[in-house]
Formats: sequence, structure tokens, C-alpha cells
Amino acid sequence: MLIRTPPRHSPQSSEITPRSVFERRRLLLRAAAAGSIVPPALLGAGVVCAQSSSAQKLAASPAAGPLTTNEKPTPYKDVTTYNNFYEFGTEKDDPAQHAGTLRVKPWSVAVEGEVKKPRSFDLDELLKMAPLEERVYRLRCVEGWSMVVPWVGFPLAELIKRVEPTGNAKFVEFWTLADKAQMPGLSTPVLRWPYVEGLRMDEANHPLTLLTMGVYGEVLPKQNGAPVRIVVPWKYGFKSGKSIVKIRFVEKQPLTSWNLAAPQEYGFFSNVNPNVDHPRWSQATERRIGEDGFLQRKRKTLPFNGYAEQVAPLYAGMDLRRFF
Amino acid sequence: MAANQATAAVRARADSGWRMPSPARLRAVKALLFLAALLPLARLVAAGVADAQGLDWSGALTLGTNPIELITRSTGTWTLVFLCATLGITPLRRLTGWNWLVRLRRMIGLFAFFYAALHFVTYFWFDQWFDFRSIVADVIKRPFITVGFLAFLLLVPLALTSTDGMIRRLGRRWGTLHMAIYPIATLGVLHYWWLVKRDVTQPAIYAAILALLLGFRLAWRARTRAQDAPRASR
Repeated sequence: MLIRTPPRHSPQSSEITPRSVFERRRLLLRAAAAGSIVPPALLGAGVVCAQSSSAQKLAASPAAGPLTTNEKPTPYKDVTTYNNFYEFGTEKDDPAQHAGTLRVKPWSVAVEGEVKKPRSFDLDELLKMAPLEERVYRLRCVEGWSMVVPWVGFPLAELIKRVEPTGNAKFVEFWTLADKAQMPGLSTPVLRWPYVEGLRMDEANHPLTLLTMGVYGEVLPKQNGAPVRIVVPWKYGFKSGKSIVKIRFVEKQPLTSWNLAAPQEYGFFSNVNPNVDHPRWSQATERRIGEDGFLQRKRKTLPFNGYAEQVAPLYAGMDLRRFF
Repeated sequence: MAANQATAAVRARADSGWRMPSPARLRAVKALLFLAALLPLARLVAAGVADAQGLDWSGALTLGTNPIELITRSTGTWTLVFLCATLGITPLRRLTGWNWLVRLRRMIGLFAFFYAALHFVTYFWFDQWFDFRSIVADVIKRPFITVGFLAFLLLVPLALTSTDGMIRRLGRRWGTLHMAIYPIATLGVLHYWWLVKRDVTQPAIYAAILALLLGFRLAWRARTRAQDAPRASR
């Protein structure tokens, strides 16, 4: 019944960068950024990790202060094999197994709608648009589990200012690719395809909202939304659209896929909120993947996923029970 | 002499195949079924040990990224499988004429209770960590937990009255009591249906199987009634 077949496209365990190596690499980057002399032992670590993975590296400088957490990152293997990406199937291991068919080159993102300079960006342009930062974010899934993920990207605001939104731009839509030939999950109408998510302009411009190209110092694996995705860490995971092909600026609040599927369960805002339960389950606690379970009870979910200090002002005066 | 011939005839029939297996063969079938029914649990235990030892069976034997979720799902699924198997005995018996199948039913039903208990303990312990207030709130507020909990509660008296002594003591009432299996299985499927986020394919499969098993009973009853009717008028 629950017999597992080895995921076909998932990395072999031999390909996975061990945490110790990964952490040394971050140390190396920090040391390099600080301009200090790099000890030969750390250089050696860099060579080891280059051999340990075939994925393309993304050089990024670690972000500072409230934009990154120093909580322990969830192992790479868990981050890349336990995914919700319904375009490749509804089981957690489906994306890692079936996303191999996704073609990420060439890739471009069309930016259109209420902007003065609509245009299309290819991936290389996006990668060079602004300095890449490593942001370690908490990720809270609406299903009640959470991870800590070291993303690589830059604030979406960098892109937004380059296309110059008009005064009519009140919301932004993020369109995920919808190609049946590449995405086997599209043949089942579980959600309305293409997958569309959206943010209010002030949310999209918030420094925490990340246009993301990498994870764990490497380009995004396909199952994690390659080659470019959005990450909005204070909202439930489904708000962070994957494999984005279109960014559209609009005047009216977008009709988003999960909201259309079950409006009473998934609101447009979907800010992480321990006090507003999903109609079918509690959102008060969460199971941190790799940590909570047999030995440790689930932890309390924090308002705005722990980013209240930064984002609560965006919702001042709003009834968060009504606008859930 | 005549009696001897009769027993010999019975024995000859008993030895000939599956219509009426010999006691030894029935014992063997029961033993095999018992071991087979433990395989889902054995797999979970082996996977847990493999994970704890850091063994890599390239994904074939592991509790995965979210072990509690996998154990909860696996024990829940197997509860439904054993409930359906229990309900499958009567139709299978009528279709094949293998009346001895009924002698496997108690064990299959008890395995349904066994996996339901594991499912419940996983929730109670590793999901909720014995937080009774939270559990009570869940049972009251979450319809899928309400029906799952109710199904489990209803299973308890059936498990307790499955001994030979209780069957004898309860007599006809035993059969009435054990009709609770019908609502239990229905609540179990409903529990599954209500908990999935969006894709109801899996619960729909169990719902279809359950509908088939219950539908067979209705059809069978309608048929026997139709056969009895002309005889009654004679």
C-alpha cells in the first residue's frame, strides 16, 4: 500500500551536500565577504562540496539581521523530497519523482499589466538584476508542518521598481507554468490551472518577499519550483508560487487557485495565524520536519510565522479573522 | 458401518480442495493470514529501525521525511483495508460457496481493531503528546476527527465481544451488536474523505469498495426475497 519506490529524479544520497560541508561553505562565504584570509582547510571544504553535487552553484552573500533566521536549516534531503507541487502530483514525493520532465532552459518571465515598462526577463537577466542574498526563512505549510530553508534570491521589490507599476497597480499575480507535456499533474483538475497566486502591492514590495532562484547555495531543484519562484515567509507555503512564467500587475484582487478551490478554507491573505484555524484542523501548532515527532512534541506556531515585527504593520486595523 | 461410511465420505470431501478444507489446512491458512496481517506493522518497525540506524535502502524502507504522518496514514489505511476485508467475507463466501471463510472473519476484524488502535495511539501520543484539552477540542471541533473517534469507540465493544465465551453468552444479540461494523466502516471512509486536502482519489476508492460490499448485501437480500415469495404463495 505505502511501498515506496525510489524517486527517479531525486538526488542520490551521494549527491547531497552534507550539512557540515554546507555550513563550512557558508562560513567560507562569510569569511570571503568580510575580506578575511581563507584558511586552506576551508578551501578544501569548497572542493569537496563541488564534487559532491552536480547542481550549479549560486554565489550569494548571507543576509543579515531580521531578514534571516539562525534556526537550524532543515536537511537538504527533506527540503527537496517532501514537497507540495501539484503540477507533478498530489503526494509529497511526487514532485521529486516526476519533476524531471520540467524544462528550465530556456526560461523567461513575462512582466505585464499595470506597468509602464512591461517586458520579459530571461533567467540570466534575473540572476544579474540584483545581488543574490542567502535568506534562511521559516516555511510553514497550511497542512501543519514546517521547515527552515536557506533560499537564494533578492527582494522582489528590485524587479518591481524596474518595471515601474502605474497608479492602478494594486495587486500582483504570479503565474506558474502550465504545460501538460512537462507537468503530468495538470491532467487532473484538482486545482484551476495555471496555478495563480497573488499579493497586495505592499506585500509584494516588502523586503522579506524574495524572488528566489536557489536553495542551499545551488540553483533550485525542479521540485522546489525551478528556475525561479516567489517566497513569502509570513504566509502559508501555497502563497509562494513556483516555476513562475508571468508576473502581472492588476487593479483587482486576484482570483487565486486555492482560494477558488475552497474559499472558506484558503483566504487570499493566508497569513500564518495560530489563532485562525483551518476549518478542518488547528493551526495552533506545527511539526518542524526533522525535529518534532517521536522525541519532541510539536511546537507552537507564531503569528505571521515569527515575522510579526516586520509585517504586522501591513495589516494594521484589519480584522485578520475576516481577512484570513 | 453406515456411520463409518458417512464419516469417510465427509473426510474424502474435506480432503478434496478448497470447498471444505481439512482442519490442518484451515489452521495453515489461518497462520499464514495472521503473519501476513502483521506485515504492515513489521514494515513500519523495520523502516523505523533502518532510519534510526541511518541505513539507506534508496527510499524502499524508510519512514520518510514526516514519520508520524506516514505512520498515521499507514495504520489508518490498513484499518480501512481490514474493515473492507471483514466485510468482504460474506460476499466471497456466497459467491464461492466456501463457507469456511467465515472462520477467518474474527481474526481479520480483530486486525482492523489492532491497526485502528495503533492509529489512535499514534495520534494520541506522537501527534498530541497526551494533551487532553487539545484532543477533546479536536474531537469536538473537527468533524473528521469526530467521526474517526466515533468509529474507533464503536469498534471497542466489537473487539471485546469477540471471544468464544462472549459469543455464547450474547447469543442472538451478538449478531445485532456486530452489525455496528456497517456504520463503523462508513464512518472510517468518511474520516478519510474529510481529512484530505483536495485530492479525494484514495478515499473515493475505499468508498467505492465499501459501496460494492454493502450493495452486494442489499442485492442478495432482494434476490432471496424474490425467490422466497412464490414459494410462500403456494
